[in-house]
Amino acid sequence: MAPKTMFEKMWDSHIVHEEEGQPTVLYVDLHLVHEVTSPQAFDGLRMNNRKVRRPELTVATADHNTPTWELTKPIIDPIAKAQLDALDKNCDEFGVTLYDRFSPLQGIVHVIGPEQGYTQPGKIIVCGDSHTSTHGAFGAFAMGIGTSEVEHVLATQTIRQFKPKTMEIRIDGTLGKGVTAKDVILAIIGKIGIGGATGHAIEYTGEVMRNMSMEGRMTVCNMSIEGGARAGMVAPDDTTFEYMRGRAQVPQGDEFDAAVEQWRNLATDEGATYDTVVTIDGSSLEPHLTWGTNPGMEGPISGKVPNPASYEDAGDRESIGRALEYMGLEPDTLMTDIKLDRVFIGSCTNSRIDDLRAAANIAKGKKVSDSVYAMVVPGSAAIKKQAEEEGLDKIFTEAGFDWRIAGCSMCLGMNPDILSPGERCASTSNRNFEGRQGKGGRTHLVSPEMAAAAAIAGHFVDVRDW
Amino acid sequence: MEPFIKHNGAVLPLNRVNVDTDQIIPKQFLKRIERTGFGQFLFNDWRFLEDGSPNPDFILNKPGYENASILVGGRNFGCGSSREHAPWALLDYGFKCVIAPSFADIFFNNCFQNGVLPVVLPEETVNQILEKAEANPGYQLHIDLDGQRVWDEDEEIVSGFEIESFRRYLLLNGLDDIGLTLERDDEIATFEANRSTHGGVLTGD
Ligand code: SF4
Repeated sequence: MAPKTMFEKMWDSHIVHEEEGQPTVLYVDLHLVHEVTSPQAFDGLRMNNRKVRRPELTVATADHNTPTWELTKPIIDPIAKAQLDALDKNCDEFGVTLYDRFSPLQGIVHVIGPEQGYTQPGKIIVCGDSHTSTHGAFGAFAMGIGTSEVEHVLATQTIRQFKPKTMEIRIDGTLGKGVTAKDVILAIIGKIGIGGATGHAIEYTGEVMRNMSMEGRMTVCNMSIEGGARAGMVAPDDTTFEYMRGRAQVPQGDEFDAAVEQWRNLATDEGATYDTVVTIDGSSLEPHLTWGTNPGMEGPISGKVPNPASYEDAGDRESIGRALEYMGLEPDTLMTDIKLDRVFIGSCTNSRIDDLRAAANIAKGKKVSDSVYAMVVPGSAAIKKQAEEEGLDKIFTEAGFDWRIAGCSMCLGMNPDILSPGERCASTSNRNFEGRQGKGGRTHLVSPEMAAAAAIAGHFVDVRDW
Repeated sequence: MEPFIKHNGAVLPLNRVNVDTDQIIPKQFLKRIERTGFGQFLFNDWRFLEDGSPNPDFILNKPGYENASILVGGRNFGCGSSREHAPWALLDYGFKCVIAPSFADIFFNNCFQNGVLPVVLPEETVNQILEKAEANPGYQLHIDLDGQRVWDEDEEIVSGFEIESFRRYLLLNGLDDIGLTLERDDEIATFEANRSTHGGVLTGD
């Protein structure tokens, strides 16, 4: 048999129906659902008198709208409440398991999937959310879909897809001290551009990925979509299996070991080729941050805010100029001279226990700058609990950070955690689009370490010197 | 879903690259549980000033563009969030077609699901259209999905475009693909039966 990439193996093993010129019908192993992109899909089912084909392969969570300070208080925003109520009702009516905001296992959909062991190698995983690419860290083919497709999956347990191309992004070498998975993915997006991987499924390979923790791999895969990719993935290995072992939804005991033997076959075969290959030297990377209004507008901490005048392409000059105006930044400002009003540590990109430990390690024994309001929002209730058992919450609160209940929170500001116009925020989330964290708000994407250090200093600092 | 066969309408030139779905419909408006009513919030943060009045500098508010039904934008249109609220908002406002040199995957797909036709044209042609529409509010284009052709009155712009035949077929007939897939129920059931013999572990073989 011809050698195959991991992506091709997963594609081929899920084909239900294939026909020239048509999108392939692929079987879906896991469908994750949340309150914002699902109400219209359940409504569609009702209107057409259709059922959820496999409710047991469907898992729902309330995360986007969930308040992150006091769960027992009624939700003030009536429309947010309508959406949360609709999810309750829909899950009940269609027999779907729901981790609602009161569940001890509640959390961001892309955090609890792996945490509970729903996310497994070889699965096709979809969710009405673009950051579904996160689950690819386990060697799954995981992608975000729209609401009509959510309805399609609910009704048929399949999805229609035109086959994406494959892209290998190989990160060689070893990351230096203070350089994290977040810096790797920001550097990648800076290099390929925010449309650079459109139409592709990315496989991340190389020494840096092999040595990276599962949390780090999830951070990298999470932001694949910011490069335009349909999905991002990493071949499962011992790091993956050790992370998974014993989690609630994975096979247990001997069955797990037998599964591991199967999962090992998923890795890309020797001699298989990709449509595109990109290489990055991990050893030369520094901490990165964004300065503009999309994740590709980024650079190393030792650098400066770019000067539009130095760009040849008129389109670049225009879009960089507009971004700097929105961000309230002068060209050629040193990155370390950018002062902050807010710091947000959280989101499905960087809210896992490793992220919180790394940030706490920076914050320990220090004080948040007087000019900064900083908050930490764990990705799930379970992470919150674990962090509290480890005493991380104490470190944060003693340093002056607010310690919150799990949820998406200020990543997109659908609940009341939002930036005011003109406020500048160092955020560990994944999008710095205009108004993403509140109308007129200015977002800089960074790693948890960089965010914690910035909170204390009141401006960006190079964590390598911390 | 309304079939899309031919369309003739005024162009809104949105001369920006990387227009993301957070701009098309900002998140504070995602809380509705219906598919309709999003048009009033289309491009909200660009379209309205702090005090809620229309921003006179935004192209949609300039005289002559009110009735535009064809949006023409820069490359990588619709990047970012998967929210289908973006095509819902476009459609609800009255846009039937979006033309750009390239689109983000999920947005592109979401358009088809709602009867909005996304058309990829060469960057040069898009730039020409943008120029003409900026100079001449009310400038119109004709789009023929069956013939896969776009042209303007004086035929200075005439261009064919590519589209997957399956997607074209669904749009021309106003079909949703759930019904089509459900016709494959036997195949899905067979797949499920074979799959269960793997003990649930997915090997990729
Ligand atoms: S944390 Fe942010 S990016 Fe992640 S699922 Fe929530 S809103 Fe989306």
